[in-house]
Amino acid sequence: MNALNSLLDGFGTALTPLNLLWAAVGVLLGTAIGVLPGIGPAMAVALLLPVTYGLDPTGAFIMFAGIYYGAMFGGSTTSILLNTPGESAAVVAAMEGNPMAKSGRGAQALAAAAVGHFAGGMVGTLLLVALAPTVADLAVDIGAPDYFAIMVLAFIAVTSVLGSSRIRGLASLLIGLTIGLIGLDQMTGQQRLTFGSLHLADGVDVVIVAVGLFAIGEALWVAAHLRRRPPEAIPVGRPWLGRADLRRTWKSWARGPFIGFPFGAIPAGGAEIPTFLSYVTEKRLSKHKDEWGKGAIEGVAGPESAASASAAGTLVSMLTLGLPTTAVAAVMLAAFQQYGIQPGPLLFEREPDLVWGLIASLFVGMVLLLALNLPLAPLWAKLLRVPRPYLYAGIMFFAAVGAYAVGGEVVDLVMLLVIGLIGFGMRRYGLPVLPAVIGVILGPAAEQQLRRALQISDGGVTGLVNTPFSVTVYAVVVLLLAWPLLRRALPRRTATPAGAPEPSGESGPRTPSDRGA
Amino acid sequence: MTTPSTPTPEEKTRKAQKAQKEQKAPPATPRTARSWLRDHSELGVCAVLLTLGVLVLTDALTMDVDITQRGPVGPKTVPVVVGAALLVVAVLLAVDVLRGGRGQAGAGEDVDLSEPADWRTVLLLSGVFLGSAVLIEPLGFPAAGALLFWGAAYTLGSRRVDRDPLIAAVLSLATYGLFDKLLGVPLPGGPLMGVL
Repeated sequence: MNALNSLLDGFGTALTPLNLLWAAVGVLLGTAIGVLPGIGPAMAVALLLPVTYGLDPTGAFIMFAGIYYGAMFGGSTTSILLNTPGESAAVVAAMEGNPMAKSGRGAQALAAAAVGHFAGGMVGTLLLVALAPTVADLAVDIGAPDYFAIMVLAFIAVTSVLGSSRIRGLASLLIGLTIGLIGLDQMTGQQRLTFGSLHLADGVDVVIVAVGLFAIGEALWVAAHLRRRPPEAIPVGRPWLGRADLRRTWKSWARGPFIGFPFGAIPAGGAEIPTFLSYVTEKRLSKHKDEWGKGAIEGVAGPESAASASAAGTLVSMLTLGLPTTAVAAVMLAAFQQYGIQPGPLLFEREPDLVWGLIASLFVGMVLLLALNLPLAPLWAKLLRVPRPYLYAGIMFFAAVGAYAVGGEVVDLVMLLVIGLIGFGMRRYGLPVLPAVIGVILGPAAEQQLRRALQISDGGVTGLVNTPFSVTVYAVVVLLLAWPLLRRALPRRTATPAGAPEPSGESGPRTPSDRGA
Repeated sequence: MTTPSTPTPEEKTRKAQKAQKEQKAPPATPRTARSWLRDHSELGVCAVLLTLGVLVLTDALTMDVDITQRGPVGPKTVPVVVGAALLVVAVLLAVDVLRGGRGQAGAGEDVDLSEPADWRTVLLLSGVFLGSAVLIEPLGFPAAGALLFWGAAYTLGSRRVDRDPLIAAVLSLATYGLFDKLLGVPLPGGPLMGVL
């Protein structure tokens, strides 16, 4: 019960008054920013990065965890009350939540979402406590070839699972990798793509890339297509649930996490697929089938719980392997790098206070979220009416603060704008943004692992596939790549089996950990 | 894989392409040539990728690594792979576009895709951003930040001359105070803060 002791120590860290304050500030800020229309969790986390610059790493990440969960919760409020979700994970919440709000049951929809987030987050974080140390222990032995294989998997998964066009995902990834190449080569100090500029020799800061692509790119894109009349938000009272609603939702809350968590942990799993799967499951199991599409409360409770658990699952691969599976995790990884901390198997040994403080603060954050957000919901709903010019001017403003705070250099702001314009072009032509961010963050690390692996094998390519782990991971990669061909070859079936390859893809890299447990 | 489901213009372009491919001749009038280009503006992305690929490859191949090279894979290898992949993807994307594939433009809460893009706003917004960036050092953060917010809000259509500058000033000053004094993230105060 080593994990339990460490967790108790973690609570000791998380419950100090100052850290408790950071958690509360994070939850409030995260919800407020996440509720704002047009700002998804990834942009919220990227914009709020500079707030944590002055803090020590533990405080910063405790605040960060609060921001993450808060932003996810805020996003579902937006989609329930506005019906125009900006990020794909919240699409499902709008499908039943918005009809509920329209028929005057907005309070119940928000309550079902809030409790769903709480339940999903709790179960998900418990699974994180149970699994993460084991995964980290197993991963301590994995070497350069294995790391490289995992990163290749992340690259392939992020380009071919998400988005509608593989070639566009690949183009985005390559843009990211190119940006990642700029600067001094980590192993030899060779200048690459610097064109003699001293500023470029330092490389492009990941935070600037993330803020540029997520925030400035989005603000410019919206500016080009600003809706004349923003959608009307539905007014809402204090969330509450009646006994009949509770009877209908508790099972959905309980089921959601087990759908959400595994998907969160796999590369590019994210929250989109599990929320949808949970929706379909709840619909099938519901006794009130006639209400679906008109506001069935299970359709809010289940997917929200799954989304929240998938956020916890994301943290497993982020903390133990240093592998970001979602946009938010990518930004969080960037934040870790900012502090000179490399998430990975050794993190649990080297920074136990930080990791366990962070995990404990997830529990604290969730309690705070539930306690604060139920009474504050009407206030959050008012944020939906913020005039759009102020909203997007504010995004530009805080993006500038963030980029300037990185190094106090005006050149960084110019760089930010350039990357923002790239982000604008990517949105215009349907290139997904996430592969580029993953490319910038993981690209340099992947190159290092590749070269290290080849150094050990003295240049032999077999050095990349000499462990069972890496072979398993490459098998999954091949499966992902061949999937469209396989699907064409297989007899056509309905939409449900489309989700089938993902679980099989997920069990691949995770088998060693299961065996070990 | 999935292309936006706008049947008529899509069909038209595909037909136009086919005709063009077969005849290998430019469309009859300059007007249609221009509209063909507009329909295929995504080819610009291919051009960007191609340029990027050439740039990365040139940079990698002109590297002088003999002395610094350590191990079997030096600093050249990965850039060469990335550069080559950029070229391949540029060609594949061009093929996709010419076959009628289109990237789906990003949607969002406040995005209205039914109207054409408003380039003026984008340009003005970029200008406001650059201008404020340059002013941070001479004017200090509070003043430059307020200008950025007000300018951006004005560009985006807010015309409340009484309210906008006030909000901008309060936001900028509050942010400066929060970051510089409370959170320990230094921002330049500028002459204004020197006076206060």
